[in-house]
Amino acid sequence: MAIAHKGKDSAKPLHIGPSKWYAAPALLLFGLFALLPLVGVVILSFMTWDGLGAVSFNGIDNWARMLADPLVLNGLRLTLILTIVSWAVQTPICILLGVFMAGTQRYRAFLAVFYFLPLLFSSTAVAIAWKNLLDPSFGIGKAFGVSWMAHNWLGDPKTALWVIVIVVSWCFIPLHSLLYQGAVRQIPQTMYEAATIDGAGSIRQFFSITLPQIKYTIATDSTLIIVGSLTYFDLVYVMTSGGPGNATRLLPLDMYLKGFKSYDMGGASVVGVIILALGITMSLILNKISGSDKMDSQMEGV
Amino acid sequence: MKTATKAIASLASLAMLTSLAACGNTPGSASSNGNATAWGISDANFAPAKESFELWNKNHSDQQISTEYFANDALKEKMRTAIGSGNAPTFVYSWGGASLKDYADSGAIVDLTDELADTVNDRVFESVAQGGYIGDKLYATPLLGAQPVVLYFNKSVLNDAGVSEAPQTWTELLDAVAKIKASGKTPIALAGGSKWPYLMWAAYLVDRIGGPEVFQGVMDGKADAWSDPAVSQAMEMIQDLVKAGAFGDIYTSLTSDDRKDTSMLVNGTVGMELMGSWVYPDLQSLSTDFAANDLGFAPFPAVEGGKGDINDLTGNLANYWSVSAKANAKQRETAIAYLKDQTYTDAMVDKMLDIGAVPPVKDIEQKVKDADTKVGFYTWVYEAMSSAPAFQLSWDQAIPAAQAEAVLNNLEQVFLLTQTPDQFVDAMNATLK
Repeated sequence: MAIAHKGKDSAKPLHIGPSKWYAAPALLLFGLFALLPLVGVVILSFMTWDGLGAVSFNGIDNWARMLADPLVLNGLRLTLILTIVSWAVQTPICILLGVFMAGTQRYRAFLAVFYFLPLLFSSTAVAIAWKNLLDPSFGIGKAFGVSWMAHNWLGDPKTALWVIVIVVSWCFIPLHSLLYQGAVRQIPQTMYEAATIDGAGSIRQFFSITLPQIKYTIATDSTLIIVGSLTYFDLVYVMTSGGPGNATRLLPLDMYLKGFKSYDMGGASVVGVIILALGITMSLILNKISGSDKMDSQMEGV
Repeated sequence: MKTATKAIASLASLAMLTSLAACGNTPGSASSNGNATAWGISDANFAPAKESFELWNKNHSDQQISTEYFANDALKEKMRTAIGSGNAPTFVYSWGGASLKDYADSGAIVDLTDELADTVNDRVFESVAQGGYIGDKLYATPLLGAQPVVLYFNKSVLNDAGVSEAPQTWTELLDAVAKIKASGKTPIALAGGSKWPYLMWAAYLVDRIGGPEVFQGVMDGKADAWSDPAVSQAMEMIQDLVKAGAFGDIYTSLTSDDRKDTSMLVNGTVGMELMGSWVYPDLQSLSTDFAANDLGFAPFPAVEGGKGDINDLTGNLANYWSVSAKANAKQRETAIAYLKDQTYTDAMVDKMLDIGAVPPVKDIEQKVKDADTKVGFYTWVYEAMSSAPAFQLSWDQAIPAAQAEAVLNNLEQVFLLTQTPDQFVDAMNATLK
């Protein structure tokens, strides 16, 4: 927004927004804590280092080794599955919860408080709690004699990943619902009033007004979910540490184990760069598909 | 107005910068006051060493040692990172084995042979003292208790199942497993969720079948060392045991750090468990009644026709102190004086026996006997250690980290029956190249 200057100042070029120097502290911190390590990781991915001795250059050896490593490929597969499934599970639930909570009724505000609870817990605490609840010999299945709940959820390679999907969703749905709640509340009430006069029911209103009006939020939120799923670590590490038999050894977990258990810093850096590349590619693609790079107002005529 | 905001903004960014600069001031060797620094572990097992530091500081005002305490696994990673970045404390803590060798090879710790070899060799069991040597040079002095792995059992569960005494051979073990299973209990607790408990089964079986030489080959990095027939036979026997239902169906998620496995032994849902002697204080704290009456223990069974001695042990030798090469002269002097004076002092030995740790110290039979409880666990462990023909350090400590991770990963798949013994051998041989 241009600030109109008066009097003597008017000869100067139009001053657009505040001084760019205001961005300096943020840029400095970003450079120091994001860009610099990033460049470091890319460089390290061409090196051999065990965390102790000398760092030596070894060309593309790490890359060749990691791209042929079954654990990396397994991690890539699991991460892609987790990303897609997390998105597919969380998005519809979040939209519905967001729409529900956008209503102004008292009971909705009351329930909303409970929906937000998982957001307040640290993920390690959440992971430990779930791990114990699902324990086949000490968990709820055993405690209440519910035999199907006493299944070895986290110890069975067939179920472990799906349990992770559920716990991750439980953890993150509140945050995403909050975004949708805000988006829905911004839709002008007059649209719904007009639709009601035209005879549209609430389901028709949801599909014809609510969904189109929040489409940019859907794009933003999908990016958050998808890029977020690429980096799930703490929950999974505490619940299964990648097991059983690598059934939940996601890419970030594989990176951590390679780097800080096997002390293969070069290999771990390669995995880190792969995660980074995946994240950037996915958010660019999403941006293109959703057209949010040319976001324009949807409020025309309101 | 505008200038005021500008001033505030530049002040704020200045504040951020200064706090950044403050972060650069790392603790550790760089401390200029000349105090030696030590990082220890914050659990009960470490208490004897903690007390000895306190005592030392009280009596040596000119040679102070500053201490900080961390959780076990956290310290393990922190120590390596600190050494890698040149910020190691004066006292470098380790578990011996490959990480100690890494530290010595990279010149991070100093040779202590001249100053401390006599002290260590005079006091400590040879197998444990040997753990501090790289080649013929002493790089580390032991502290705390030796922790061999033993087979614990719940006597009443075994009695109810009709097993009158602890299995001495593999056949007897399989027989006991079948009987306990028939009585409706899980025969053996195995904390597979923590992964490392798998190692103890593999380490003992390989030793009992092929003797200590087999794993020595792996430690020496001989090509195809894993191809020894003892390894594939051990893996087959493990899979037989899994198929016989010895570990029930929940072992893949059972974890050890929350004591679920030992609780099951105490509350009688399982009959046996193969575990390190470090869980004895836990067993006692979970139920003194159980520890006094129902707890039994025995060496790992022999394998018929195997070469290994039934008295061979595996487990943790001890913990070790080394002295950082980055420490200044005064810090080094303090550290060496401390180690010379405080390696298994009488007070330390008493304190260790007090908390249930068995010191790997020569000629203290009587002391151990006096401290012992009714079940005689300390005496048993002490004698097992002093008479063991071979004491194999836990596999994950003994070999380089990358190989250790590969063993853990592949062995888990053997236990899950998703990898055949031959695939295990091939996968492990690949790590030796």
